[in-house]
Amino acid sequence: MPAIDVNGKAIETDGIDPAMPLLWFLRDHAGMTGVKFGCGMAQCGCCTVHLGGRAVRACVTPVSAAMGQPVVTIEGLDEKGEHPLQKAWAAAGVPQCGYCQAGQIMSAAALLAQNKGPSDDDIDRAMRGNLCRCGTYPRIREAIKAAAKEMG
Amino acid sequence: MSAHGNETSRRIVAIGPDRRGFLKGMVGAGAFLLGVRAGVIAAPRPSDGPGDAAAAFAPNVWLAIEADDRVRIVAHRSEMGTGIRTVLPLVVADELGCSREKVEIVQAIGDEKYGSQDTDGSRSIRRFYEPMRAAGATAALMLRRAAAARWKVPVGETHTADHAVVHGATGKRLGFGALAADAAKLPVPDATELTFKKPADRRFIGADAPIDDARGIVTGAAKFGGDIRRPGMLFAMIVRPPALGQAVKTVDDKATRALKGVVDVVRVPGFSGAHAFQPLGGVAVLARDTWSALQGRRLLQVTWGESPHSALDDAALAERLVKIVEKPGAVLRERGDTPKALKSADTRIAATYRTARLAHAPMEPPVATAEWKDGACTVWAPTQNPQAARDEVARMCAVDKAAVTVEVTLLGGGFGRKSKADFASEAAWLARHAKAPVQVVWTREDDIAHSYFHAPAAVHLEAGLDQKKRPVAWLQRSAFPTITSTFNPAAKAPSPMEMGLGFTDVPWAVPNLRAEGGEVEHHSRIGWYRAVCNIWHAFAVHGFADELAHAAGADPLAFLRDLIGPKRLVDPTTEGCTYPNYGEPLAKYPIDTGRLRRVLDRAAEDIGWGRKTPAGTGLGIAVHRSFLTYVAAACEVQVSQQGKVSIPRFVIAADCGLAVNPDRVRAQMEGSVVFGVSLALHSAASHKAGRIEQSNFHDYRIARITDAPRRIDVRLVGDGENLPTGVGEPGVPPIAPALANGIFAATGKRVRELPLSRADLSWS
Ligand code: FES
Ligand code: FES
Repeated sequence: MPAIDVNGKAIETDGIDPAMPLLWFLRDHAGMTGVKFGCGMAQCGCCTVHLGGRAVRACVTPVSAAMGQPVVTIEGLDEKGEHPLQKAWAAAGVPQCGYCQAGQIMSAAALLAQNKGPSDDDIDRAMRGNLCRCGTYPRIREAIKAAAKEMG
Repeated sequence: MSAHGNETSRRIVAIGPDRRGFLKGMVGAGAFLLGVRAGVIAAPRPSDGPGDAAAAFAPNVWLAIEADDRVRIVAHRSEMGTGIRTVLPLVVADELGCSREKVEIVQAIGDEKYGSQDTDGSRSIRRFYEPMRAAGATAALMLRRAAAARWKVPVGETHTADHAVVHGATGKRLGFGALAADAAKLPVPDATELTFKKPADRRFIGADAPIDDARGIVTGAAKFGGDIRRPGMLFAMIVRPPALGQAVKTVDDKATRALKGVVDVVRVPGFSGAHAFQPLGGVAVLARDTWSALQGRRLLQVTWGESPHSALDDAALAERLVKIVEKPGAVLRERGDTPKALKSADTRIAATYRTARLAHAPMEPPVATAEWKDGACTVWAPTQNPQAARDEVARMCAVDKAAVTVEVTLLGGGFGRKSKADFASEAAWLARHAKAPVQVVWTREDDIAHSYFHAPAAVHLEAGLDQKKRPVAWLQRSAFPTITSTFNPAAKAPSPMEMGLGFTDVPWAVPNLRAEGGEVEHHSRIGWYRAVCNIWHAFAVHGFADELAHAAGADPLAFLRDLIGPKRLVDPTTEGCTYPNYGEPLAKYPIDTGRLRRVLDRAAEDIGWGRKTPAGTGLGIAVHRSFLTYVAAACEVQVSQQGKVSIPRFVIAADCGLAVNPDRVRAQMEGSVVFGVSLALHSAASHKAGRIEQSNFHDYRIARITDAPRRIDVRLVGDGENLPTGVGEPGVPPIAPALANGIFAATGKRVRELPLSRADLSWS
């Protein structure tokens, strides 16, 4: 199998089961442990990454489906870790335990790439698939709006 | 909550140079080290080195000041989202007079030398705020004495600020690093000599300091339990017995072993005696990566033996609980003559409330990694209780606990589940078997099936009103499988600790009041879950208070105020009750109805109590003291004609005394609202024929962003003069009753069962 482009780096897939979910490939074979496991069935959004610029749930995306499209994880969202969403997240004090937040930020980043000024309903639609057991939803909403403003 | 840990009195000792190597490798030679201890002290003992068994003598915080000015402060509590890993060290830093950028926070391993590390019961700040302040103040005084000696000025003319000792009159200053070596030679001041910073001079206490881990979290660099990687590491998945206590009968692992990537299949021993924190046993698949382990486990064919618990049926248990509470039980608190007052009451109402079994479902399922080297084991685990994890690993692997090191990673949520580190023992046992590092990964299905469940419960209530519609009698009866059964399988009676969680401490000013408890067997692992029994007790007590208000034809808020009655201190122990008060003396942390009233009035005001609402919209309110903190929750609820609930707004008014980090307190309250909404609206776990009926978030539902209130306002109305009390849990209990009361206001439908989504809420 050809290599997969993960955060701009080619990662070999030799010997990898093509059916392996991208989640486990990223965590166990590409060193991207920022991508989290929460359910394994597209219910929680913890594993959200960008595939060809779209937010996907890596736990239900087989490695074979990721061929030929760049994969971006939380580690690659911004070279310096200073994406407006990352800054807004820190400023609003969004994270509690933090476990869901990589997935939340990746979903929010895909939203803002499409929609520069999301309404509350837009945010609901884009973020519905990301669970947060700590209940940081009100601050997630606030931080998305702040980042949208910042990005103009 | 746990029965463990005793942290009531404090004293301070300095350790001086790091002669026992506690911070070996962490600090340079010549660093100034200080230990603070918490614990019940029987008598001072000369030896208190590592390996000393008496937890009461162990220091629980260490701070080290390096010659280069860096101050390292050990965080001994586990970080699961409260911010405690940042907040407690900053208490030390504040009293010491540190600059934030020169403070490094170091996570402690599990060891009695730190005192209790059991991070639950909403008590990290409550139990450690004072010792931490004392630690900082002690170090500050020693540094000031060192500086004063050099300058030949009275110590009283000096103070600490911006990481230096300052002589006020001359403006002379010496950095902490430059004084560390001198300070380390000084005797440790007595607690009575300490002076504390005035509130106006505080930099971190009372301020919204951001958490230390924020950047790691938003960049993906933060390390949670599953993020540990060791050379040659194997990944394990375990198939565990469906019902508690079932043993493996047969295993067919041919297909599993044939799978590429699978290394071994091995039977893991089950527990013996009380299951407590021991693993459940089962069959493990060891593989080169997580996917292979998962695939291999799917192909395993395992059959199980019988157990006394393999008939567990939650529907039947729920019926049984109702039957139990509708009959008299053991009297736990008695004021006046309640049965007689009920009989002679002008109006009498009765109702039975029930709540579902719950699984914590932290976003990060249990996971642990272990590695053995020369007979010693290191375990990396997201555990709330690293000392218990260490004890259990040592027990299961039959080694001395000196050979076991438990490193605490960040926890992707805990909520009580990760106090019980069965997953750590699994990893340690498998790593030794495999002669390789092993990471045990739990799936969501494993997590829900093998929880330490929040017990299903039933609460029956009866009340009487006199002719003037004033409450004259209140009877309440509660039954649920007890947490005690986890440690003593024969236990059926609720413990005073559990009944003290929002039940035997009802603050009502009713002339006749009685609390009773019923008994029931367990049949599954029962554990503590964020806010524990307060959840069902608050749901029943505050829902019924609202019912009684309506029976009296009164406004619920006005009625509630009367029920709470005049400002006074309530003492259940004067009414025949064994009331633990969260392990604290009532004299220090009383049940103060004045504080209860104050949060109630604030929440009512902010939600706009009494305003007219459109059809299908209602306001609900509840107020509850738990974990020594007073919280009122008021909400606006909308119910569509089809019965769909949405929540535009929640207001929380909380009095937790001094808010050490107000931003994190607000975050805990916001999170509690959402956690409360989850269990109020959606979550329920159940068994049929001993097997769990739910598997993942599609059928064990928790609140999504669309379920959560659009707006949550948190008002901290506590008095900074009062000692800080719990904040992790007390926001949860009033949420479900406030919602149910709001739904009644919106629809006229009274819901007495959680989750509320089971009820038909449609209206026309
Ligand atoms: S782990 Fe992929 S959505 Fe939950
Ligand atoms: S911050 Fe803990 S799960 Fe979202």
